[in-house]
Amino acid sequence: MINKTAIQIDMPKTKFDILESTCVPLPLENVDTDQIIPARFLSATTRDGFGENLFRDWRYDKSGNKNKEFVLNNPKYTGQVLVAGKNFGSGSSREHAVWAIADYGFRAVVSSFFADIFRNNSLNNGLLPVVVREDFLKDLLEKITKKPETMVRIDLDQQLFSVLPAGESVNFEINPYKKECLMKGLDDIDYLLSIRNMITAYEFRKTLGK
Amino acid sequence: MQTKTLFDKIWDSHVVHSIEGGPDVLYIDQHYIHEVTSPQAFAGLKARGIPVLRPGQTLATADHNIPTKDQDQPIKDELSRNQVDKLDENCREYGISYYGLNHPQNGIVHVIGPEQGFTLPGMTIVCGDSHTSTHGAFGSVAFGIGTSEVEMVLATQCILQPKPKKMRITVNGNLQKGVTSKDIILYIISQISTGGATGYFVEYAGSAIEALSMEGRMTICNMSIEMGARGGLIAPDEITFKYLKLIPTVGNKPDFYLQLKKWNLLKSDPGADFDRELTFYAGKIRPMITYGTNPGMGIAVDDSIPALDDISEDRSASFIKSLDYMGFIPGMKILGHPVDYVFLGSCTNGRIEDLRAFTEFVKGRKKALNVTALIVPGSKKVEQQAIKEGLAKILKKAGFELRQPGCSSCLAMNEDKVPAGKYAVSTSNRNFEGRQGPGARTMLASPLTAAAAAITGKITDPRDLLND
Repeated sequence: MINKTAIQIDMPKTKFDILESTCVPLPLENVDTDQIIPARFLSATTRDGFGENLFRDWRYDKSGNKNKEFVLNNPKYTGQVLVAGKNFGSGSSREHAVWAIADYGFRAVVSSFFADIFRNNSLNNGLLPVVVREDFLKDLLEKITKKPETMVRIDLDQQLFSVLPAGESVNFEINPYKKECLMKGLDDIDYLLSIRNMITAYEFRKTLGK
Repeated sequence: MQTKTLFDKIWDSHVVHSIEGGPDVLYIDQHYIHEVTSPQAFAGLKARGIPVLRPGQTLATADHNIPTKDQDQPIKDELSRNQVDKLDENCREYGISYYGLNHPQNGIVHVIGPEQGFTLPGMTIVCGDSHTSTHGAFGSVAFGIGTSEVEMVLATQCILQPKPKKMRITVNGNLQKGVTSKDIILYIISQISTGGATGYFVEYAGSAIEALSMEGRMTICNMSIEMGARGGLIAPDEITFKYLKLIPTVGNKPDFYLQLKKWNLLKSDPGADFDRELTFYAGKIRPMITYGTNPGMGIAVDDSIPALDDISEDRSASFIKSLDYMGFIPGMKILGHPVDYVFLGSCTNGRIEDLRAFTEFVKGRKKALNVTALIVPGSKKVEQQAIKEGLAKILKKAGFELRQPGCSSCLAMNEDKVPAGKYAVSTSNRNFEGRQGPGARTMLASPLTAAAAAITGKITDPRDLLND
C-alpha cells in the first residue's frame, strides 16, 4: 500500500473513480503504437498536443483530408472510452501513444489484452486500461457499433465495467497499488521518493556484496 | 533449496522492496537514454526540482532522429535538432555521459551499450525504448520503459514493476546454410504471434542458441518484444565471456576474473519452473520474410502467403486490412516479387557481423538498378571497423554506399524514408503500417535475404545464390 507520508508534489493528476460515457469502437487487433502516433510526430519535447495526430495515418489521407471511413471522423461515435481489439498498444515503448489518446479526450481503453509497456504507460498517466474477456469484448464491439448511443459505466473502486442501463457487467483486474494511485491521483515517483532511504540502504548492501 | 530460473535470480536480487499485492521496487544497474523519449522526463525532474540520483549509471546517445549523412553539419530538421540539443543540454546540467553526434562512441543505444562494455551479465538494464531487450543476450534482465519510468530511474534509480511470468524457448539442432539468427526469431514470432509472449519474460536456450555469436544472440533477444515479451535473455557462457574479455574497459579490469566467477553462476537451476515452455527445431527453419503489417506475419521466403480459408474468422478483418496495405493477395507466392528498397541496419542487424555477412554476399556482384539501398552501421565503431576491414570498399564496388550510424530507416524519423507504396526488404524489427515512412511496405528479413534482394531486385531465396 502507498506510504501515507508520500511526498505529494506539483502536477495534479486527474483522479479516477466512476466514468459513464459512450464508446468509440475500433474492432482491429494488434493496434500498434506506430498507428496510435507515428514516429514522425515524436520530435516534440513536451507532453502536450499529441491528440491532434492520434491515429494520424488512419484519420487523414495523404493530402491531409479527413478519412470519412475512420471511426474518429464519424460523428455518430463519441465518448471517453475507446474499445479496441486484442493486443492493443503493441510495439514501441513510446509514452507519446498514451499522451495522444489521453490528449484526444479518452480516459479509458477497453480490450481483451494490452501490450505490457503500453499498460504500464497508461496507468502512469491516469488512462485506465480495462481488460475484459474476449467474448465480452466481441459482444461489446458489436453493440456499440450498432447502437452508438450505448452508455457504459466504469467503476474503478468496484472494478466493475457495466453496459447501461441494465446490460451485462464484468469485473476487471487491477493491481491494488495502481488502483489506489489512480483513485488518489498519486504517481510512482511520489512513492519512490518517499522510500529513498530504502533505496540507499539497498545500494549500501550491494556494495558490501550481500 | 528452491530452484530458480536465471530471470528469477537476477530479478529477485534487485528487488528493493515488494509492495503487498502490488509491483516490486526494482533497482536498475544501468540506464540508457536517447533524444526522443527523455526530454519530458527531464522536464518532470525540473518541475519537481529534484536531481538525478546516480548520473554515473545513465548513459546517453543521439540515435533515433539523426541524419545518416553529413553528420558534421548541423541537423537540418529544426525539431530534430532541438531534440538533440535538448539532450546535450540536459546531460550537461545533470552530469550524465553523452555520446552525441560525431563522438567516437556514438551509435544506436542498443549497439553501443554492449560494445562499450556498459552491458554486463546479471545486470538490470532499462531504456525508454522497447528494443532494450537486446541486452538480455549477455544474461541481463533488460527491458523497455516509458518516459514516466525514465523519470523514475533518473530520480531514484528504481522503477515499480510487476514481476512478469517466465517462458523458456528452446531451439535445438543445427541451422541450414543461409539461415541466420534473424530467421530463428522471425520463425518463432510467426509461430506464436505478435502477442504470444505478452506478460512473459523469455529465456532462450538450446544448442542452436548456444552456437550463436554474441551478435546473433543480440538479434534474437532484440526482437523478444515483437512477440509481446517483456524481454528475453540468454545465460552467459564462454562465448559471452570471450566477447567481454576483448572489451578493454571490461577485460582489463583487475577484478575481471572475480566477476567471471559470479557470471558463471548465472544460469537457470536444473528443474527450475517456467510458466510456459516451447521447443523448436533449428534444422526446419528456412530463410524467413514477413508479408504483413506485424512481425508475426512471417513465412519462409519460398512459401505462399496464407489463404483466406486458413485465417480464423475473428482475425480475418485485420488480415485483409494488412494484405490490402501491402498490396498482396491471400495465397500468393512472394518469391520474385519486385523490391524497391533494401535497408541493412538498426539495433536488430546493424552490427559488424551483419555488415560482414551482407558484404560477403554482394562481393563480386552488382546492386540491381531498381533498388535503392541504405547500408547503415549501428555505431561509429562498427562504421570504422567496416572501413578498416575493407567492407566499405567492397560495398562501393558492388554499388552500395556506407552511411553514418543511426536508427535511420528502421523508424524513419530522419530523412531515410521509404516512399508510399514502395516495397522495402528491411533487416529491422517492425513492419507496421507506415513504420518506414507513410505508406511504405516493409518486409522484414535477415541480412542475407536483404542482400539477395538487393542483387536481384526481387524477393529471392538467399540459398539459391550462396557461394559454396
